[in-house]
Amino acid sequence: MADTTATHATAGPEGTKRDFLFLATGAGLAVGVGAVAWPFVASMAPDAATVAAGAPLDVDLSPIQDGQIVNVFWRGKLIFVRKLTEKEVTDMKAVPLDQMIDPAPFSARVKAGHDQWLVSYGNCTHLGCVPIGHSGNFEGWACPCHGSQFDAVGRVRRGPAPTNLPIPPYAFSSDTKLTIGEEGGKAAA
Amino acid sequence: MSSAHATSTYVPKSRVAKWFESRLPLVGLVHSSFVAFPVPRNLNYFYTFGAILIAFLGIQIITGVWLAMHYDPSAANAFESVEHIMRDVNYGWLLRYAHANGASMFFVAVYVHIFRNLYYGSYKAPREVLYLLGVIIYLLMMATAFLGYTLPWGQMSFWGATVITNILAAIPVVGDTIQSLLWGGYSVGNPTINRFFSLHFLLPWMIAGVVVLHVWALHVTGQNNPAGIPIKSSKDAVPFTPYATIKDVFAVVVFMILFAWFIFYQPNYLGHADNYVPANPSVTPAHIVPEWYFLPFYAILRAVPDKLGGVILMFGAVLILAFAPWLDTSRVRSCNYRPVYRVFFWVFTANAILLGWLGAKPPEGGYVIASQLCTAYYFAHFLIVMPLVGLFETPDRVPGSILETVTGPGKQVSGSGMPAGAAAEPAKRG
Amino acid sequence: MRIALLAAAGLLAAALGSTGLRAEDGHGGVNPPREKWSFAGMFGRFDQAQLQRGFQVYKEVCANCHSMKLVAFRNLSEEGGPGFSAAQVKALAETYSVKELDDSGSEKERPARPADRFPPPFPNDKAAAAANGGKAPPDFSVLAKARTYERGFPWFVFDALPFTGYSEQGVDYIHALLNGYEDPPKGFEMPGSGYYNKYYPGHVIAMPNPLSEGQITYPKDDKGQPVVPETVEQYSHDVAAFMAWAAEPHMMARKALGLRVILFLIVLAGLLYYVKKQVWKKVGGEVHGLQPELHKTY
Repeated sequence: MADTTATHATAGPEGTKRDFLFLATGAGLAVGVGAVAWPFVASMAPDAATVAAGAPLDVDLSPIQDGQIVNVFWRGKLIFVRKLTEKEVTDMKAVPLDQMIDPAPFSARVKAGHDQWLVSYGNCTHLGCVPIGHSGNFEGWACPCHGSQFDAVGRVRRGPAPTNLPIPPYAFSSDTKLTIGEEGGKAAA
Repeated sequence: MSSAHATSTYVPKSRVAKWFESRLPLVGLVHSSFVAFPVPRNLNYFYTFGAILIAFLGIQIITGVWLAMHYDPSAANAFESVEHIMRDVNYGWLLRYAHANGASMFFVAVYVHIFRNLYYGSYKAPREVLYLLGVIIYLLMMATAFLGYTLPWGQMSFWGATVITNILAAIPVVGDTIQSLLWGGYSVGNPTINRFFSLHFLLPWMIAGVVVLHVWALHVTGQNNPAGIPIKSSKDAVPFTPYATIKDVFAVVVFMILFAWFIFYQPNYLGHADNYVPANPSVTPAHIVPEWYFLPFYAILRAVPDKLGGVILMFGAVLILAFAPWLDTSRVRSCNYRPVYRVFFWVFTANAILLGWLGAKPPEGGYVIASQLCTAYYFAHFLIVMPLVGLFETPDRVPGSILETVTGPGKQVSGSGMPAGAAAEPAKRG
Repeated sequence: MRIALLAAAGLLAAALGSTGLRAEDGHGGVNPPREKWSFAGMFGRFDQAQLQRGFQVYKEVCANCHSMKLVAFRNLSEEGGPGFSAAQVKALAETYSVKELDDSGSEKERPARPADRFPPPFPNDKAAAAANGGKAPPDFSVLAKARTYERGFPWFVFDALPFTGYSEQGVDYIHALLNGYEDPPKGFEMPGSGYYNKYYPGHVIAMPNPLSEGQITYPKDDKGQPVVPETVEQYSHDVAAFMAWAAEPHMMARKALGLRVILFLIVLAGLLYYVKKQVWKKVGGEVHGLQPELHKTY
């Protein structure tokens, strides 16, 4: 279009009118092509069924023993639910922040009043492998892929992972029941 | 595109462009094929259907690739995954309706393209190879469309697949083997839909490859035109860009209005209600018909009360197209100057439409007799009318040049479409 | 040229006439009467209140035998549908139960969630067939698109066009079928089982007449008066409309987008036409169509 416009452009109102026509048409074509691209991109996003299936998930805590790690899935993602032992709670509270790669106090890793329960996503923050529980030097997890290590509340203690295991939205509906995907009664977006 | 390339007037300007062009003359190739390429100046809108067809090949491939991201080619899940696309995937309904109706529009355009070719005698020398490549594209399109229609795994999909694979079983000696190789089992089933999906994904790329050859051949011989005479001087032609480009883009956009009408307001009109019933191997729909674009051939298949005979005639009806360049004995290409054959052309067209209508009717009584008469006429057109009319017809006087058909005899127009000498190469061959 | 075209058209017409047109060949039913639907035509929209009533008919009557496996509870609150609130849908879903595997691998029931699909009345097709005299009642999800009747020439041409367009054959058929139960005409031989229905292909349908006057109590307005009559005619209209929505839940979005796309394309085509004219002006234009008078002069 640009070429055509250039060759035919002549001075005077006639030329200007024609240039405007060519420009408007070129813009129209560009808008049309752009608009057509949208449904294709949108169709690749999670579909309505997948979004709806990501509704909050209830986890019954009563059968979980001290020290045990339970795997659950929410929205297709692995989540660790870990019941800490008394010793682990004490140890984790005592770790100085300056020894951490991604400093986070114990209180930021658990819900107030539920010190024994860690709920975190279960994929290493390096490249997504699943770290092995009860291994490594920090009472937590060690990733078999690239050697990252996490402590008992999922804080990264040895690289290459850059950040702590993220915490999904969840809430305790009672002492023995928690709901993943819900923060204080509200469904997560 | 060597010949067209010889006419290229592209001269790289920048040092980078020169460096690249001396190693791979890609820009020059595109320039000579789609910018400087001389186009007869008398082309009418029937000549924009090539561009429309390329647009639809693109649309079908893109929507198809996107649908494949959500589709599940298994007998157990295919129907539901198509409904999943229709209901849950964002704009999935748009992708699917565009793909399903796109196939129909593709055939609308290809039929206009084919009948335009027959009317203006574009199949005649020196364009036989160009034309044969077109017949191959048409065959590949038919195969692709059939395979695609089986994929939603509704009743029409299942029974269409059953009927067509049974047609192949009519081939003597190897028929049964071919059939069971297609099925991957003892009947149409899960392996069948799985491989049909694979082939349905493959064939469009083969079409794209043959389209490249088709365009290449076109640019060697140059385009035919309503006058059916070659470009003789630069005044007979205009450069492809901007003249043909802008006209093609306009025609494509107009055709898209029709396409959009079907997608948004009549998305199921060209389909069949029974294909919304999941495949059921124990119940055949009362009235099974193929998609509309196969109906004339379906009528020919059913016109013969013999399995092998029907199959031979049906395939023959497509293959006979390939012999048109040698069956037509006329020295004049365009029907514009063939007063007798022109009438036969329209009768042939009406006969083809009638066959299509008969293909949708139940195979009983008067419909069968009518199908037989129409089938006989279809073949007679190629085998009798084409050779004989060419021998006995006195054509009208053909104009001396393309320019004359635009301006009338003896008149001059201001300005030549082409840069001097640019049109020389294809004209010599025409 | 023109003569040839006329001749071809005449030949086509003659051929169509001579082969004997029969409006209802091959399907052995009577064509359903054409009804008025709020969702027909280019600007058609579903009537939310009607879809809600239709869902009630489906839930209270049809769902006892007919599944609707592709429709989820959440769909009832999605845009372009019956327009229930998310809370209503959640409450509705909880009145159903669905089966899932517990941690020990055995089936247990839990209340349905909005994301679940309508639980079918029978565990599988075989059970459905066995409970219904050997023939499973068809699933309702896309039934409104899976049923049609033949319109014949030339009506099928008008059916595709703007303003005379018609794509509600399936809905009309469903409505007609529900009103089509009557005594068999004299001389019609009924087989051992089945019921006579005027509109069913072959007239013998396995389903007994499902609806009767006053069978379903519709919600009343503020004054306690019925909003619509509680008749078979009304029930069948409502449930057919509901099935039309279930078969094509994005119909309203489709028609709305279509309008914008087509208007855009028309404007763009207009612009392109003038650009094309401008470009071709320099070379004096080309032949549009055929010019028979031109070659007659040779």
